[in-house]
Amino acid sequence: MGFDLFVIPFTAGLAFLLVWFLYKTVEWLSHLNRVDRTMLRRGVISSKTVRSVKEVILESLLHRKIFRTNPLLGYMHMSLAFGWFLLIVAGNVEAMIFKPATIHPPYYPIFFRFFEPEAAGFPGAKAFEFIMDFLLVFILSGVALALFKRIRSRALGMKKTTRLLWYDRLALYSLWCIFPFRLLAESITSGIYQTGGIVTGSLGNILAGLIPLQSFEYPAWWAYSLALGLFFVALPFSRYMHIPTEVVLIFLRNYGIHTRNSYSSYSEIEVYSCSRCGICIDPCPMSEAAGIQNIQSVYMIRNIRYKTPDEEVNDNCLMCGRCNIACPVGIVTTDLRAIARNERHLSGNLHLTIPATSSPHHDVIYFAGCMGQLTPAVTQSMETILQQAGEDYLFLDKEESICCGRPLALAGRIAEAKQLMEINRDKILSSGARTLVTSCPICYKVFREDYHLPINVMHHTQYLHRLLMQGRIRLRSQNISLAYHDPCELGRGSGIYEEPRQILRLAGNLLPTASEKEKSICCGGSLGNTVLNQKKRHAITEYSLESLTINNPDTIVTSCPLCKKTFAQRSDRPVLDIAEVVKSAIFRDKDNIRIRENYQIPAEEFSS
Amino acid sequence: MINWQFTLHPDHTINLDTNDRTLARLLEEKEPTSRICMACGSCGGTCTAAQFEPVSFRHILLMVRRGETESVRSELTKCMYCGKCTLVCPRGVNTRHILALLRTMLIN
Repeated sequence: MGFDLFVIPFTAGLAFLLVWFLYKTVEWLSHLNRVDRTMLRRGVISSKTVRSVKEVILESLLHRKIFRTNPLLGYMHMSLAFGWFLLIVAGNVEAMIFKPATIHPPYYPIFFRFFEPEAAGFPGAKAFEFIMDFLLVFILSGVALALFKRIRSRALGMKKTTRLLWYDRLALYSLWCIFPFRLLAESITSGIYQTGGIVTGSLGNILAGLIPLQSFEYPAWWAYSLALGLFFVALPFSRYMHIPTEVVLIFLRNYGIHTRNSYSSYSEIEVYSCSRCGICIDPCPMSEAAGIQNIQSVYMIRNIRYKTPDEEVNDNCLMCGRCNIACPVGIVTTDLRAIARNERHLSGNLHLTIPATSSPHHDVIYFAGCMGQLTPAVTQSMETILQQAGEDYLFLDKEESICCGRPLALAGRIAEAKQLMEINRDKILSSGARTLVTSCPICYKVFREDYHLPINVMHHTQYLHRLLMQGRIRLRSQNISLAYHDPCELGRGSGIYEEPRQILRLAGNLLPTASEKEKSICCGGSLGNTVLNQKKRHAITEYSLESLTINNPDTIVTSCPLCKKTFAQRSDRPVLDIAEVVKSAIFRDKDNIRIRENYQIPAEEFSS
Repeated sequence: MINWQFTLHPDHTINLDTNDRTLARLLEEKEPTSRICMACGSCGGTCTAAQFEPVSFRHILLMVRRGETESVRSELTKCMYCGKCTLVCPRGVNTRHILALLRTMLIN
């Protein structure tokens, strides 16, 4: 077992990193709240741990999600993460086989070639020479791609990349240096001793003819160790902290822990897990359509991490959730942003006197919502359908409508939102209804998630779907081509994708769009953003319309009154709500029209 | 007494030379669309909160532009941010941003 002074930067850096990460992990876990800690305890001895290990391999090492974004980008990340991991494992195995009976210091396998330049004759020596060289080239190909990405990110599927801070750059440059330095150091040593695999051996021979190898060997190993040490010391303060933190995140997430209404230990783990890869920038409609490139989740999370809050960054977001879907680490960015917004206005009071009223008894409550109030075509259609279906319903906010509270909550004014929620809750429950149907996905989300209502909360797409399933209304197919827009709050926000599509397939000819389902682009009208001006909103609306009209449909259909109203201002073709489509396609017994045979949705379609 | 459907207000002078318009100027800087409001009142007409109490975006902005900010404080805390005023505004005034800014600047 050897020792040399040059191993000190590496060893010290590694020790520092390990101590720091251990300290952070203990801090995070000890600050978990009681509910989360119970989840952690219950989860550890369960299949969730196995699932987490699998996810760590698939995501942290193989970077499967990035492969889905772009194969080349995925390869770049995989070669660096998985390649380096294998290099460490193979190096340790090699050292163990070479000297089986000793416990090696951590630097020994890393600088194996320096300490054992003429290592040969142990089982698999030739194979190890080849494997180590192969892995090094594998990683170097990733480094080369990373360098190329700095010049032409588009080639790796990224239009915009993150603007890095200086300590991120320091860590990045030291990371880039590690593997070329290793190649150089190993080649020089191989050149001197006439050993080495295909790559290091041949490069060593070439170098032997160019430079005096003896005098370069020591500096090369020093450079390699310094690059490693520098990277390890910079890691906890830079974006590369995501490498160890992501593992913790994956385990905790699988145990069911998630970000709630306030900044918790788990939120901090999410923040540290952000690798600032910038994959969230391109999907952001604000970036692509409105040309705003400083507010994306990557910057918002960075502000949280370095405690440099920026209200404009927090507020100027549509909260559409496209970045959540894109994030390869699976960070729920909109939740983090909501918390950042909340932290400003913890005390607030809505000075509005709303008379408390109790509602008469009905089976179903229909709640149009503020946006529903602005689209009478939607509410009238819904009323017609409700009557057609013979439902005993109450139009709760026909007069004296009250906001559901979500816009206030989205603006970070939770206390005031709660006041509205209390009033609405009393109104809803006093009617004794068993079902609440709302036309507005914004209301739907808050009713479902924050009101804790003991009754069935449905968006009208779900309700219409149920009416069709029960055969209480029937549709006749019309000769019209439709394109469906998934509203953010209904699709990504609440996971409702299939019901509207099944309804529309009955009513007309449903055409695909360029960005379906979870990739749907915000209409631009979002209430989640209080900053964005009309001009930029219009740009986003047109960007979204472009994707919707790719197959030239006759009509655009959505299921959100706000989306409808926003699109209608800029669209060159009619924009209808799904309720309007259903109303116009509804088959009444007195209609003397031949109906399509499968006017009812076949039962098997509902199993999904 | 005959109900004439209007009342007489006491004398009230608006002196734009002496009134402090700092807030209005700051607002115009942060949200330029606060200049283009033509006080049509569509916002107040559609306002969700106005069903219960006299609240109007038009009134708030008018007062701020005149530099009479005292009277708008109570109105600002009645807003539900539902966004109807933004959608009905024929001039494209970014009403929610103005309300949020004023609220931060005047209250918290």
